[in-house]
Amino acid sequence: MTATLAPAGVSGLARDDLRARADSLASGAVHHGGTAVRVEGILKSYGGAGPAALEGVSLDIAPGELLALLGPSGSGKTTLLRVIAGLEIPDGGRVFFGRQDTTDIPVQRRGVGFVFQHYALFRHLTVFENIAYGLRSRERKRRPPEAEIKARVERLLDLVQLPTLAKRYPGQLSGGQRQRVALARALAVEPSVLLLDEPFGALDAQVRKDLRRWLREIHRETGQTTIFVTHDQDEALELADRIAILNRGRIEQVGAPHEVQDHPASRFVMSFVGETARLAAEVRQGRVWVDGRPVLAAESGWPQGPVDLCLRPWDLAVGQGENALPGTVREWRRTGRGTVAEIQLDGAEAPVEVAVTEVYRPGDRVRLEAAAARVFARG
Amino acid sequence: MSEGLASPRSIAALTEPRPVRIALTVAAVAFLALFLLLPLAVVFTEALSKGLGSFLDTFAEPDAQAAIRLTLLVAVIAVPLNVAFGLAASWAIAKFDFRGRNLLITLIDLPFSVSPVVAGLIYVLIFGAQGLLGPFLQRHGIEIIFAVPGIVLATVFVTFPFVARELIPLMQDQGTTDEEAALTLGASPWRVFRTVTLPNIRWALLYGVLLCNARAMGEFGAVSVVSGRIRGLTNTMPLHVEILYNEYNYVAAFGIASLLALLALVTLAGKTFLEWRHADSLAGRGGH
Amino acid sequence: MSPAALAPAAPRAGRPFLRPSALPGFRLTFGITVTYLTLVVLLPLAVLLLRASAIGPAGLWALVTDSRNLAALKTSFGLSLAAAAIDAVAGLLIAWVLTRYRFPGRRLIDALVDLPFALPTAVAGIALAALYAPNGWLGAPLAELGIKVAYTPLGILVALVFVGLPFCVRTVQPLVAEIDKSSEEAAAILGASRFRALVTVILPPLVPAMLTGFALAFARAVGEYGSVIFVAGNLPYVSEIAPLLIVIKLEEFNYTGATAIAAVMLLMSFSALLAINLIQDYSRRRFGHV
Repeated sequence: MTATLAPAGVSGLARDDLRARADSLASGAVHHGGTAVRVEGILKSYGGAGPAALEGVSLDIAPGELLALLGPSGSGKTTLLRVIAGLEIPDGGRVFFGRQDTTDIPVQRRGVGFVFQHYALFRHLTVFENIAYGLRSRERKRRPPEAEIKARVERLLDLVQLPTLAKRYPGQLSGGQRQRVALARALAVEPSVLLLDEPFGALDAQVRKDLRRWLREIHRETGQTTIFVTHDQDEALELADRIAILNRGRIEQVGAPHEVQDHPASRFVMSFVGETARLAAEVRQGRVWVDGRPVLAAESGWPQGPVDLCLRPWDLAVGQGENALPGTVREWRRTGRGTVAEIQLDGAEAPVEVAVTEVYRPGDRVRLEAAAARVFARG
Repeated sequence: MSEGLASPRSIAALTEPRPVRIALTVAAVAFLALFLLLPLAVVFTEALSKGLGSFLDTFAEPDAQAAIRLTLLVAVIAVPLNVAFGLAASWAIAKFDFRGRNLLITLIDLPFSVSPVVAGLIYVLIFGAQGLLGPFLQRHGIEIIFAVPGIVLATVFVTFPFVARELIPLMQDQGTTDEEAALTLGASPWRVFRTVTLPNIRWALLYGVLLCNARAMGEFGAVSVVSGRIRGLTNTMPLHVEILYNEYNYVAAFGIASLLALLALVTLAGKTFLEWRHADSLAGRGGH
Repeated sequence: MSPAALAPAAPRAGRPFLRPSALPGFRLTFGITVTYLTLVVLLPLAVLLLRASAIGPAGLWALVTDSRNLAALKTSFGLSLAAAAIDAVAGLLIAWVLTRYRFPGRRLIDALVDLPFALPTAVAGIALAALYAPNGWLGAPLAELGIKVAYTPLGILVALVFVGLPFCVRTVQPLVAEIDKSSEEAAAILGASRFRALVTVILPPLVPAMLTGFALAFARAVGEYGSVIFVAGNLPYVSEIAPLLIVIKLEEFNYTGATAIAAVMLLMSFSALLAINLIQDYSRRRFGHV
């Protein structure tokens, strides 16, 4: 089984080729193909120690999509990525690339591009040889001639903006440069899907920001189906077309960034994609009650009975309406953007930071009005 | 703490007083000189005691040349065998997680805690005239004990762990990511090993080979039990040293010994160079 | 969140033998390892133990307590313990000096410590014999003082100190290098004298490594043959070591006698190995390192 998993017709990685591919993706030509990657009911357990387990994960990734696997450590996101790559063998479930079942295809023949968290560059090989490694690994029949390898590596070095570093060794590069080389190496084999494990995890804040923007550009340019793992919700929200949020080996929600942010499917998603104040409340008679006081009108479809009322800090403002929530000021301070108060709402687990316009002292009683809220049945 | 408070006394309290330091250093160096340097010096002095001419005559002897040849032959067989084993064992143990892994590591170290004489004995018990397979071997005219195969076997036994124990901890430290990266790039298993794993462990491998070879060429006890010391046939260099010494032919005995001592010095130099130049490519250097 | 998601993942019964891995070659390399290990090491050792057990406990006891055998075993174990003890103390001193102090020739001397690992034992043996013989560099002045080293148990001791020394230096050395300077400083700031700081703060974490080095040196010394026989004199009941006795029995084709002594020695070195593992386990738990 030596099926070439890369889409047919893409012979080189010249910028023009990639643009053409991106255009065809944009015009929807490839989208009719359905899914680029599909996982069905993936089960993986380690019996005790070891990486996080997966408990029946299913997910579709569309061609050309940039998908984030987001979750806390131990949620199974890296395990899922490694299962897709073929680096982990699942206990159950199937993996499809396009229409082909790749579950039993070994990693060498899956044709994925994988960027490891710490890059895993071969330190005894130059940047050039690192990038050429995949092409040189092909069996003789499919191996491009030396001149073509050279041309391709040079095009990739251009693409990742490191044209002058071909002769360097990984040890002579900065973290950000290593990251780019790792990406070029993964792209060199024309992968059907690009997989990145915490691509920015090992970099400092400024480099992270630059690389994020740059990865977005590369993705736009190449139209490469890409899955990346991250524990940083900002990174996922900023970069991804869609986000799959994992928790304890299960997918909690899959959706576009605004969907997960505005319509979190669970309390976990709600608190993971943004700061949240949580209060014990009750839904009855079309209202949400906290401490026996109605504070909000209940939306249709909200569960009845005891609930968790979850509020985003930016939806809260000081107000005197009769439904406002009482709380106590813990601290008040100036920040770069204005003044904020740290307010402990009565009945809340932890204080929230709310933008305020007036000066408060610790201990002041205030009332907060909520512009929006979510409730989740207590389980 | 301000500088004013850092009195000379508080600085001195973080190391020993100078006279104590000097006394300790002298004691340590004297101990090493007495127990290590002097024996080494004696070897070369005795070898050259009758002049360079008789020193060189030692190596013109056919028996001496046969001993040198046999020693090289034994090393050329035993070292590659243990390199192959060391590579296989470290790949299985360091790159995979299986039950009984630690037991396997302990068993590999076993030959280090077996007396060389016992190492020779166990092969005599199997292949010797009164051994388990003795009658069978005699019927078929196969000679193992008091012959080259026995010497090779005993040498393989005593040098068994050297390569594996240099590689296992290093490869465990290095993990499997580099190999995984090569696999995702489509490399075949052999290519992964040759182009990724081997370069990562080359210095540690060389280090192990160096130690393995030194022991293989210098082994005395185990080889002495299985060899029968037949001059010109089953005599390795260390055994030849013994024979010459027992014949009171000191110049020749120390002549051969000086060659072995030279080998030891070259081994130490190579080892020190690797530790100095490639410390980060070797596993944590501790005891042996 | 559904309650099911909160429940811990159901543990699967029985860990599989091998954790599944995408890396190739396990069957091949594991097969080679186990086969080779079995053929070269385990089977031959098993034959020895089998032969020893065939003698039976009573026979074994009789052989081991035979007066000459017993004397040799006593010589071997007694002198090995003494040599390992000398090595442990000297090893600490040498490791300390080589790691903490700077003096000319330090690197060279550091490299020299491994000489006993690299020098063939027969070479060490004849060198020590020549050195301590009554007309040797050290033997002659010692003879004037009335001390005989070569061809006495003292000669054996010298040889055993030689072969065991690197174990004791190299197990302690990395720990001396890693001693946390700030704990020394803390002790000094708390007003401890340098001697008190040494005894109460610096040395205790080194003790397990010293014991490990001691056990390694002991295990090596008990089995040592080449460097000892030239300098020992090999007088029965006085300066005859157990490994030599095995060789003598073999030359007499007394396989049973050789096997009995070998079995006892094997037992002792395995006990030393076990002791090393226990010490290292303890050290890991107590000090977080080996």
